[in-house]
Amino acid sequence: MSAGTHAVEVAGVSRVFDTKKGPVVALDDVDLTVAAGEFVSLIGPSGCGKSTLLRLIADLDQPTSGTIAVRGKGPRQARLDREYGIAFQQAGLLPWRTVAANIELPLQVHGVAKGARRARAAELLELIGLTDFADHHPDQLSGGMQQRVAIARALAESPKLLLMDEPFGALDEITRERMQNELVRIAAETGAAVVFVTHSIPEAVFLSDRVVVMSPRPGRITGVVDCQLGSSSSRTDAVRDEAGFFHAVAAVREHLHGTAPVAVRGVETR
Amino acid sequence: MRALVAGLLGVLALVATWELYRAVGPEAGVTVGGTVVLPRTSDLAMPHVWEMLRVFGEPASGASDADSVLVVVLGAAGFTLRIAAVGWLVAVVVGLALAVLMARSGLAESAILPWVILSQTVPLIAIAPLVRRWGSQLEVGGLEWQNEYSVAVIAAYLAFFPIAVGALRGLKSPVASQVDLMHAYGVGWWTTLRTLRLPSSVPYLLSALRLAAASAVIGTVVAEASIGLRGGIGRLVIEYAQSAGGDPAKPWAPIFGAVAVGLVAGGVVALLGLFLKPYRRQEVLS
Repeated sequence: MSAGTHAVEVAGVSRVFDTKKGPVVALDDVDLTVAAGEFVSLIGPSGCGKSTLLRLIADLDQPTSGTIAVRGKGPRQARLDREYGIAFQQAGLLPWRTVAANIELPLQVHGVAKGARRARAAELLELIGLTDFADHHPDQLSGGMQQRVAIARALAESPKLLLMDEPFGALDEITRERMQNELVRIAAETGAAVVFVTHSIPEAVFLSDRVVVMSPRPGRITGVVDCQLGSSSSRTDAVRDEAGFFHAVAAVREHLHGTAPVAVRGVETR
Repeated sequence: MRALVAGLLGVLALVATWELYRAVGPEAGVTVGGTVVLPRTSDLAMPHVWEMLRVFGEPASGASDADSVLVVVLGAAGFTLRIAAVGWLVAVVVGLALAVLMARSGLAESAILPWVILSQTVPLIAIAPLVRRWGSQLEVGGLEWQNEYSVAVIAAYLAFFPIAVGALRGLKSPVASQVDLMHAYGVGWWTTLRTLRLPSSVPYLLSALRLAAASAVIGTVVAEASIGLRGGIGRLVIEYAQSAGGDPAKPWAPIFGAVAVGLVAGGVVALLGLFLKPYRRQEVLS
C-alpha cells in the first residue's frame, strides 16, 4: 500500500432497495474521498442514505453500482483484514462480559493471546479514562460510559479507520459535548481517519475537518463544508463560542435547507 | 429467606381455605343451575388435610411386612424423577439442536416450526401405546427396549417443545448492531453462535428449561399410567384411586409424590440458573 492511499474512496456509488412498493433509491451516484487521518462527518435528514453509505463502506451491505475502496482494498477484503473499527448508536456491549472483556472481544475472536489482550485493554481503558471500571459490567455504567467502552472496543485492533454511526445519538446534550471533546482527542492520539454519521449540525462542525451534507430521495451529496476549527489540541469547548464555528454551522445549514446564510444570531444546540 | 416464608404462607393459606370450606360449605356442594361449581364436603370428596398426612404413616398393603405409604411413595417418586430426568436431558439435546438449526436457516425454521407446534396437539395417551409398540420391535445389539425407555421418550416428546421455542427466541435475541459487529469482525456463524447467540439466549433458555422440567414430570406420570409401567407415581395414582372407597385420603398420597418430584425438578433448574448468573445481566442501554 502506498503512503498516499486514501482511507476511503467512494466512486459513483448507488444503492437501490427493492421494497414491496417498488425500488427505493437510498443512494444515487455518490462520490466521496476521505484522506488518511481525516475526520469527515456525514449529515442530513433521515432517509438521506448517510447510514447506508457507512454500511457500504463497512461491507455490511453491498452497492447496487459503483466502486468503494477502503485503504486501497475492496470493502470485503478490508473488513476481513480488519482495516476499520466500528461503533453504532447502540453501544451493543455484551452484558455478561466485564468492561475489559468487552474491549477484548474483537481481539479474542481473532485469536490474540490472553496476555496481549489484557495489555491492549488496559491501554484503551486508560485512553477512555475508565481504568477503575475494568471489572464492572455494562449495566453498572451510564450511557456515556457504555459508549466510551464501545469506542474503545472499536479501537482495539488499532484500525486506521473508524466508522461511527450516530454513536452519541442516544446521549443527553451535556454528556454528548463531553464525548465530542473526548473523541477529538482520541482521534488525534490514534491518528485514525473517522467517518462519522450524525444529524446534529454543531456536533458535525465541532468534530470534523469536513462536513458532507446529504439530502434524501434520492440520497445525494449536496455540499461539502470545510470546518478547519484548529488542531485537535486547541479544539476545546472554547471553539464552540468562536465565529468560525458559527460560520461553519451556518454554511452547513444553508446546504441542508437550501437558503442563504442569515446573520449569526446565537447558539443553536441541535 | 423471604421467598421461603412466602412459599410456606401460600401452602398454609391453601390448607386453611380447604379446611374452612370443608367446615362451613353445604354438604351437597354448591350448584349453579344444576352444575356443581364447588364440591361436596363429604369425607369422600374432601378428606381432611390431616387424614391425607396420616395415610403416609400406614402400611401400604395388607401384608404383614409391608412398607409404609411414605416409603412406597418416596420410592415411586425417585423412580419417576429418574425417568423424567432422562426425558428432560433428551429433550434439552433435541430441543437445542432444533433451535440451532432453525436459527441457522430461515428455510429450516419455516419447515420445522409448524411441525414442532403441531407435535404438541397430539394427545399423549394416544401416542403412548404407539411408542411402546414401536419400541418393543427395536433391539439394538442384544439391548432390549424397556418400557422405561418408552416413558422417557414420551416425557422428552412433551418437554422438547418449550426448549425448541424458547431457545429459538433466545438465539434470535441479539440486537442488529451486535450481529453487525460480529459480521464486521468477519467471524463465522459458529463463532457468532458461541460468543453472542448462545450467551444471549440464557435468560430465555432458563425459563424454557423450567417449563420443560414440569412437562417432563407430567409426561412421565401420564405415560407411566397409560403404558402401565410399575414402580412410578403414575401407576401408584391408579392403584390408590381404587382404594378410595375404603380410605378417601389414600389417592392423595401419590399426588403429593408428584408435587415433590416437580419441586425437585424445578429446584435443579433453579440451581442451574445460579451457575449461569453472569449471563442473566441485562444491559441498561440496549
